[in-house]
Amino acid sequence: MATKANIEEHKNVWVFAEQNNGKLAKVSLEMLGEGRKLADKLGVELAAFLIGDNVKTSAETLIAYGADKVFLAEDPELKEYRTELYTDIICKKALEEKPEILIIGASAIGRDLTPRVSFRLNTGCTADCTELDIDEEKRLLVSTRPAFGGNVMATIICPEHRPQMSTVRPGVMAVPEADASRTGEIITVPVEIKPEEIKVRVIESNEKEHEGEKIEDAEKVVGIGIGASDPESVEYVKELAKVLGAKIGGSRPCVEKHIIPHEVQVGQTGKNIRPELYIPCGISGTVQHTTGITNAKYTIAINKDPNAEIFKFANLGIAGDAKVILPAIIKEIKKYKA
Amino acid sequence: MKIIVTIKQVPNVTKVKWDADGSLIRAGLPTIINPVDKHAIEAALELKEKHGGEVIVISMGPGQVESALREALCMGADQAIQLTDRKFAGADTWATSYALGCAIKKIGDYDLVISGVEAMDGNTAQVGPQMAEFLGLPLLSYALGIESDGKKVQIQQKLGDFERKIEADFPALVTVEKEINEYRVTPMDKILEAFEKEIPVWEADDVDAELVHLGLKGSPTKLRKVFSPKIEKGKVQMLEGTPEEIARQVADKLNEKFLI
Ligand SMILES: Cc1cc2nc3c(=O)[nH]c(=O)nc-3n(C[C@H](O)[C@H](O)[C@H](O)COP(=O)(O)OP(=O)(O)OC[C@H]3O[C@@H](n4cnc5c(N)ncnc54)[C@H](O)[C@@H]3O)c2cc1C
Ligand SMILES: Nc1ncnc2c1ncn2[C@@H]1O[C@H](COP(=O)(O)O)[C@@H](O)[C@H]1O
Repeated sequence: MATKANIEEHKNVWVFAEQNNGKLAKVSLEMLGEGRKLADKLGVELAAFLIGDNVKTSAETLIAYGADKVFLAEDPELKEYRTELYTDIICKKALEEKPEILIIGASAIGRDLTPRVSFRLNTGCTADCTELDIDEEKRLLVSTRPAFGGNVMATIICPEHRPQMSTVRPGVMAVPEADASRTGEIITVPVEIKPEEIKVRVIESNEKEHEGEKIEDAEKVVGIGIGASDPESVEYVKELAKVLGAKIGGSRPCVEKHIIPHEVQVGQTGKNIRPELYIPCGISGTVQHTTGITNAKYTIAINKDPNAEIFKFANLGIAGDAKVILPAIIKEIKKYKA
Repeated sequence: MKIIVTIKQVPNVTKVKWDADGSLIRAGLPTIINPVDKHAIEAALELKEKHGGEVIVISMGPGQVESALREALCMGADQAIQLTDRKFAGADTWATSYALGCAIKKIGDYDLVISGVEAMDGNTAQVGPQMAEFLGLPLLSYALGIESDGKKVQIQQKLGDFERKIEADFPALVTVEKEINEYRVTPMDKILEAFEKEIPVWEADDVDAELVHLGLKGSPTKLRKVFSPKIEKGKVQMLEGTPEEIARQVADKLNEKFLI
């Protein structure tokens, strides 16, 4: 059970590298960038843990993105993600190798896998962090996450158990630059799966169809809030997005009103975005929304209340009625493009 | 079919208030059943209606969780068990899962454990998978639909960009999404019946939990500090003028930044 770890024995930073149908998850590259920083601060190696069937080419990619080592576990039974099988493989190796930190992207798979791994390894896990750092004096991972419905931030440590585990939401960290000249070691992890160990059977698996680009990857996003949720404003928002080539996202109440789908909800219980340009229209700027937009590079906020919180997150602010401002902006942009 | 549902009582964080110097006022926040846990109860009730059996709800927390359990009885749960002991206090998800797991073992002989995917106060989504690990159960998470033939359970799983149909034999643990069902409005005739039921209170000793794994002491993670989210930007330039003038400035800026 939760017996304390012999801390000195534990060394190195691990990242779980998620792949789906052979394609690496972007959040895993984000984790490699973050893992690299943590490993450098601690002066240790960064290893990626890759599990799947026939996924060796991805191991090279992980090295290019910053891994010193890749633990590679391959088996036809590992093609489809299964919590228990993945947990067995990771935990077995972790008990041998004793990493001090294990970070995982908080994707659906990451959030399913991490708690099971952390429980088996008798260690704690801080979920959905927005910031990771090292307390160099105490050699501790310091994780920050929203708590209490996002109304406050909490800093959490795991002082006496190893590995220290955290998950980070997709889009919170930047994808590092790849460097194809980097070299690293690929270590094959032996896999032996007995049929009786397979408890969960996958009957069917279908990838959902996406309407183009995901909001997390969009270069430009126009945000729709309750202040721009009347039919007329919705049309303007759509047109602005069209002339800019932007994706439409928005606040949770607009999801609840079925104006936009949940896939494009921005914020704590939605997506973290990191576009070059974000234009929130009629969004008040509560913390639950703004935790999702702190990585936007340039923000132009439109809100009729000059004291709206959203302006604190904006570079340009327009205190005005979206119904009046939006058509004027659309017209000017069209002029530029003509 | 014997189904155990874990429900958490949470403060209604949508009603959070702040005091004059910006700190959170925790006292007096109304508490509710974690919304998705009501869908977990509903899923269990529907399975019971089809296959017979019983639904037992459990909740760990201070004395006031009785009201959440009472509400679950009103919805139609057969039995409720309250886990209340000062030794449980201050638990992180590890210690919470351990304590709930011990209680589930104590109840024993179950076919299914159903939890919500995540609680709205912490949003960690860890307790379901961790209980599955403690109990050695196959985990079927993110259920959008659930079916059973009385021997095994099959769910429609929302796994990120994938939708899967997965199944496992009993006993198993399922975590449910709110899309799984519409939960029922409490039938009037059940209310009286529910209020007559006794809700046993179990302490750490009753579930054979080891003290070292409980509460604050048994929690691997520790809270270092809590602070109000910092506002990172704040150098906003407010645009002045007629809508047309403002629009021109916006377009100029976008052009300057190569955004159009
Ligand atoms: C646990 C939890 C998680 C949550 N997660 C999220 C999340 O992930 N994402 C999210 O967005 N929210 C989330 N919320 C909800 C969040 O707290 C707010 O309720 C929500 O962000 C507010 O949405 P809004 O800004 O669209 O609406 P409002 O707060 O109603 O704001 C509307 C704004 O529009 C302005 N306005 C009105 N009319 C006009 C007009 N004609 N022109 C211009 N401006 C106008 C008003 O001045 C106001 O500022 C969460 C809440 C909880 C409790
Ligand atoms: N104290 C508790 N008592 C009963 N069930 C709980 C408790 N904490 C968490 N759960 C269950 O675990 C799920 C996930 O919670 P969390 O991991 O806190 O996000 C909830 O939806 C509940 O079903």
